[in-house]
Amino acid sequence: METIKKVFNKSSILVPAIAILLGLMVGAIAMLAGGYNPLLAYSSLLDKLFSSPYNMGEAIRAITPLIFTGIAVAFAFRTGLFNIGVEGQFVMGMTGATIIGVTLDLPWYIHAPLAVITGALFGGLWAAIAGVLKATRGVNEVISSIMLNWIALFLSNYIVATYLVEKGQQKTRPVHESAMLTIDWLIELMDKARMHWGTFVALICIAVFYILLWRTKQGFELRAVGHNPDAAQYAGMNVNRTIVKSMFISGVFAGLGGVFEILGVFGYQTVMAASWGYGFDGIAVALLGGNTPVGVLLGAILFGGLNYGSTGMSFGAGVPSEVVRIVIGSVIFFVASHGLVKWFIKPFFIKRADKRKEAV
Amino acid sequence: MDRSLTAVQLKGITKRFGSFVANDSIDFELKKGQIHALLGENGAGKSTLMNIVFGLYQPEEGEIWVNGQKTVIDGAAKAIDLGIGMVHQHFKLVQPFTVAENIVLGNEPVKGLKIDYKLANEKVRNISERYGLKVDPQVRIQDITVGMQQRVEILKTLYRGAEIIIFDEPTAVLTVQEIEELIEIIRSLAAEGKSIIIITHKLKEVMALADMVTVIRRGKVIRTLSTEETNEQQLAELMVGRDVNFQVEKTKRKAGEVVLSVDSLQMKGEQGKNALNGVSFDVRSGEIVGIAGVDGNGQSELIYAITGMRSVSGGSVKLNGRDITNRSPREISVAGIGHIPEDRHKHGLVLDFTLSENMILGNYFEPQYGRYGFIDYGAMDKLADKLVEEFDVRASGIGAQARALSGGNQQKAIIARELHKNPDLLIAVQPTRGLDIGAIEYVHKRLVQARNEGKAILLVSFELDELYALSDRIAVMYEGRLMGEVDAENRNDQQLGLMMAGDKTAAAVSGKGG
Repeated sequence: METIKKVFNKSSILVPAIAILLGLMVGAIAMLAGGYNPLLAYSSLLDKLFSSPYNMGEAIRAITPLIFTGIAVAFAFRTGLFNIGVEGQFVMGMTGATIIGVTLDLPWYIHAPLAVITGALFGGLWAAIAGVLKATRGVNEVISSIMLNWIALFLSNYIVATYLVEKGQQKTRPVHESAMLTIDWLIELMDKARMHWGTFVALICIAVFYILLWRTKQGFELRAVGHNPDAAQYAGMNVNRTIVKSMFISGVFAGLGGVFEILGVFGYQTVMAASWGYGFDGIAVALLGGNTPVGVLLGAILFGGLNYGSTGMSFGAGVPSEVVRIVIGSVIFFVASHGLVKWFIKPFFIKRADKRKEAV
Repeated sequence: MDRSLTAVQLKGITKRFGSFVANDSIDFELKKGQIHALLGENGAGKSTLMNIVFGLYQPEEGEIWVNGQKTVIDGAAKAIDLGIGMVHQHFKLVQPFTVAENIVLGNEPVKGLKIDYKLANEKVRNISERYGLKVDPQVRIQDITVGMQQRVEILKTLYRGAEIIIFDEPTAVLTVQEIEELIEIIRSLAAEGKSIIIITHKLKEVMALADMVTVIRRGKVIRTLSTEETNEQQLAELMVGRDVNFQVEKTKRKAGEVVLSVDSLQMKGEQGKNALNGVSFDVRSGEIVGIAGVDGNGQSELIYAITGMRSVSGGSVKLNGRDITNRSPREISVAGIGHIPEDRHKHGLVLDFTLSENMILGNYFEPQYGRYGFIDYGAMDKLADKLVEEFDVRASGIGAQARALSGGNQQKAIIARELHKNPDLLIAVQPTRGLDIGAIEYVHKRLVQARNEGKAILLVSFELDELYALSDRIAVMYEGRLMGEVDAENRNDQQLGLMMAGDKTAAAVSGKGG
């Protein structure tokens, strides 16, 4: 009960709410300056999100990978690492799942889990490279993981184009039905929105994120190293091994995100000119959510929702996508700047407190 | 200058943190040109009070008068405007910047758009000469000693025109010589007309330095008196609130079996020099062996070697006859070594963890704290409750962050944890650094008690008083080797001092050289 109270105390709800409001206001100013109607734009955003089962389903689809990448970033962050290579781990996860999904032919109860696990391992091992480099050679994980992003992108393009390609096309042969993780009855229910098991796995991952870090001995070690590696070493923990483990686990979360984009949404992988950006958006999501499990979920919903709904803004109110990015950007800016918002709302609180004093 | 004028006056200052009253209607008056000590134990509310004067906290009640004017100090910038400067206990300096850059930071002389470094150096040199604070403006902070860094902090306040300077525990990090120099500096600042407040819990310094002293206990002013009309004993009793015994009661040594045996230990240091140069000694059960020496002569490395934090290049470490050389810290700790590290913030505690999490920091993997990879928070809290009670660790609760505890209570928590492991050997490095009298008394008592219970104790300290009070034997370390050993009872200050300075003939006199 106490913890619930702590999570939902006044400022933890009020500050983000006001931040979102401020962000929307700044966005509105940007739109007014450009000669667009912000009210129409915002109502078309909401319209887009909630108008039909299809749109709601697709919004959930857009939110799902952000939950994975958000957890990946937040997890690493909790253990003192900045995993900026979630993007590459995401791509490796996609590739792992595609390889299994395309090349093997197995009964579904083996094929699908095998594809998921392979993708997750691909992501995890890819991240572990940066972890090993940090642990053994002291290479900063920010640098190594961001470079690994590019290697992952072109490596997976190479694999796709060389071994898995559909003749005459820029994409792989389709993943076998036995490996797909779509939820057909839900797809029907949501008017053909692309629903898949990944969303549920993402929610489970949020629970895993919490349990692993705050309930297990492994998590105790990970957090101790994150907060104070020197003291952790004094307490007999193997700091280097912990760094590798932490990167691996973070990469598994990222990889799973990629897995479900293939097995749940597309069913094939393309040769990509640039990666999708879910990994980098994951950084914003983790930041929005303050690196807490529930926060990451809410952050992903906000970020994914805005992203998906923004197409409605350009469609319904004619707002160009660049201006839409300004709106999203300003919302994130205010949510991320707790301090600024607190400073903004402080005068209101002080006034109220004064009044209370006067009343006494 | 009129020394009867008041520089700072506090009237009825009250500051609460939640339900905790840190300052309870405190009255305080600092006269111009005076050195006024604020004496109290850790957690008594001294630092809180001074942070209020420096504008970092806002009091709930009370008035602040500066130079006869009632003011509200709503930030450090306002405090600096009013001519108040603060030298913090933990320095706030930019390590890779030069002395001059640090001093002018935030108020740089500019030429066009560029910083005028020549003028900055010039200005720094001027004030450093004027107040007799010798520093080289062009060296980097990371290359100078802690004592020098403190001078830079003092110069920083002077550069910003401080007339009232607050020192927060200024001697906590200094060596004996540096403390003497600091006392000189503070005296000359007062002679120049600066008004000075010193936050401290060291009685000797109060007596040596201050004109007036205000004793604070549990957030309340107990008494303000002139140092001429008091003495250390009285101040100690006012501060702690009861009789204080400076002497540690110790029974005669009953040394038993050899617990720790270190044999010709070698460790590579920086720049090709050996940090340890063939160190050999034994520690037996039921005795305290002290390691004396000036900081930086291999004491830290010796402890790193024994605890497995760093690998050695030669020699051996044996615990109860078992070879533990170059084993992992975990193995060594499990083998029976408890360790109270020198830097409790860096090595002893995870400050962002709760008190109870810190209590199992080295033991969390043991089955009694949870099975199947999970942590049994119930068992953890139970242990924490027990240790907090037994070792009198004062905190708002076992769920409090370690960061929120006072230094003394943090140290008590570490000692509780390490003794609970029931080690055969307890290593204590500077165990009372930065602690107040009550806590020092307590730590000393616990160490002697552990010795009487038959534990072997290795004590590293830079304070001779502490080594004398606790040790049965004292070994002196110099440049990575032991100069010799003295019996703590038949010691000779002069000889010990010479050995610490590396004088081999002094070591020979003791008859146990090498």
